[in-house]
Amino acid sequence: MSARHKVLLLDDDQDLLELYREMLARLPSQPEIHTATSGARAISLLESEPFSLLISDLNMPKMDGLQVLTIVRRKFPQLRTAVMTSVVDAQFRTRAYAMGIDLFLEKPNTSQEITFFLDCIESLLGRELDGGFRGVQSKSLVDIIQLECLSQSSSVLKVTNGALSGKIWFNNGDVIDAESQDLGGEAAFRKILSWKTGNFEILPADPERPRTIFNSYQGLLLESAQALDEAQAQVPEGESAPSPEAAPVLAAESPLAALARFNGVEFVMTVRAGGKFDSWSAENPEQISQWVRQTMQRFRALGDGLQAGQLSQLEGLGPQCHVALVSKADNDLCVGFHRSLSQDLVRETMSKIATKWAS
Amino acid sequence: MGFLNLLTKRGQTGATLVRLPTGSFTLDPSGRIVASTLPRSFPVGKVRQIGDLVLSTFQAAREAGIPLTELIADYAALKLTARELRGGAIIFLAPRSLGQK
Repeated sequence: MSARHKVLLLDDDQDLLELYREMLARLPSQPEIHTATSGARAISLLESEPFSLLISDLNMPKMDGLQVLTIVRRKFPQLRTAVMTSVVDAQFRTRAYAMGIDLFLEKPNTSQEITFFLDCIESLLGRELDGGFRGVQSKSLVDIIQLECLSQSSSVLKVTNGALSGKIWFNNGDVIDAESQDLGGEAAFRKILSWKTGNFEILPADPERPRTIFNSYQGLLLESAQALDEAQAQVPEGESAPSPEAAPVLAAESPLAALARFNGVEFVMTVRAGGKFDSWSAENPEQISQWVRQTMQRFRALGDGLQAGQLSQLEGLGPQCHVALVSKADNDLCVGFHRSLSQDLVRETMSKIATKWAS
Repeated sequence: MGFLNLLTKRGQTGATLVRLPTGSFTLDPSGRIVASTLPRSFPVGKVRQIGDLVLSTFQAAREAGIPLTELIADYAALKLTARELRGGAIIFLAPRSLGQK
């Protein structure tokens, strides 16, 4: 028997909170409903005990819903979040989803909409119960795959790693197919297994998926581990291991040089959290690394302040060279391009470089 | 029916949500706003914050040896484009809609 879900409702209108509390209490999973009339109170409650779901209004005095969600997404990344609002506006919907909420619902008007609202919330709580690896960092992909296989699951494991994403299909505990970018089958499986970090989501089974992998999951995991070990063995100490399929190429040169092979690239630089950097062909790396770090930090802070969502890329065009900056985890990547490249070409090339960097 | 009305009675009250603006504004080299097409509802403090950041980014890029004349910041819900204008800048803000790239 699993514990009851705890749901926190946030709205500045006490009457509405009472209504929602009554409605949600009738859900089949019978969640425990808590309420808060201000963002500050909601955050205090979230800090004091674990919740499964936060349902927040957007339009509130003092701290609005987007401000609350910005804080909540950062402090409680594993918490499911839903917005329920009467502000029917595509922009707020975009911004809320950009913050990583799970659901954006309009306040129900009719009995049909109330039923829909309750179904959505029940489904969201069910997802929590069914699994999903949101925010879980202590489990490796191998653990997750083994869990799916040992529990004879039929499901689709969706894995995202920065700009990359991949899927692994399970049928009654067997790995039947995998897909990542332009790879399929076992090659895609190995590619996904080479990723060190990312997010996981268990999606419903896809019984129509044709089987392309016939190896046992133990065999697949063993082969992938061997491929990774071999690739690791070829890398000089201090450098990160390349992906198994790229191992022969990357073993001979630095990772930054591999990123610089794209047309028009003049320099490449990565800047880590503490300010340490690696650079390839940059003329004054010290100053550029400081500029990169400071600029990305300040533009990210601006995005937070405006509640404009994640900063995906920053581009600068100049008379001497163009630059493009992206972030992954707490690392920044800056690539300098020849000034003759058009902005579209800079963007397209940077997207490829960022994908390669993320992998 | 009174019950259902209660669910939607609000929405017009306590509007503290700030829409991301569409429009542009121009700064002189000292950071003063000389022209703006941004809606008045968008706080001046935020406009200044954006302006200061853009001007200081151009300045810091010059000092780092990579002078820039244009900056494009892509946020999930907003695109910010800034062009350098003889020490000042013109800055365009354009919110994104769902699915827009």
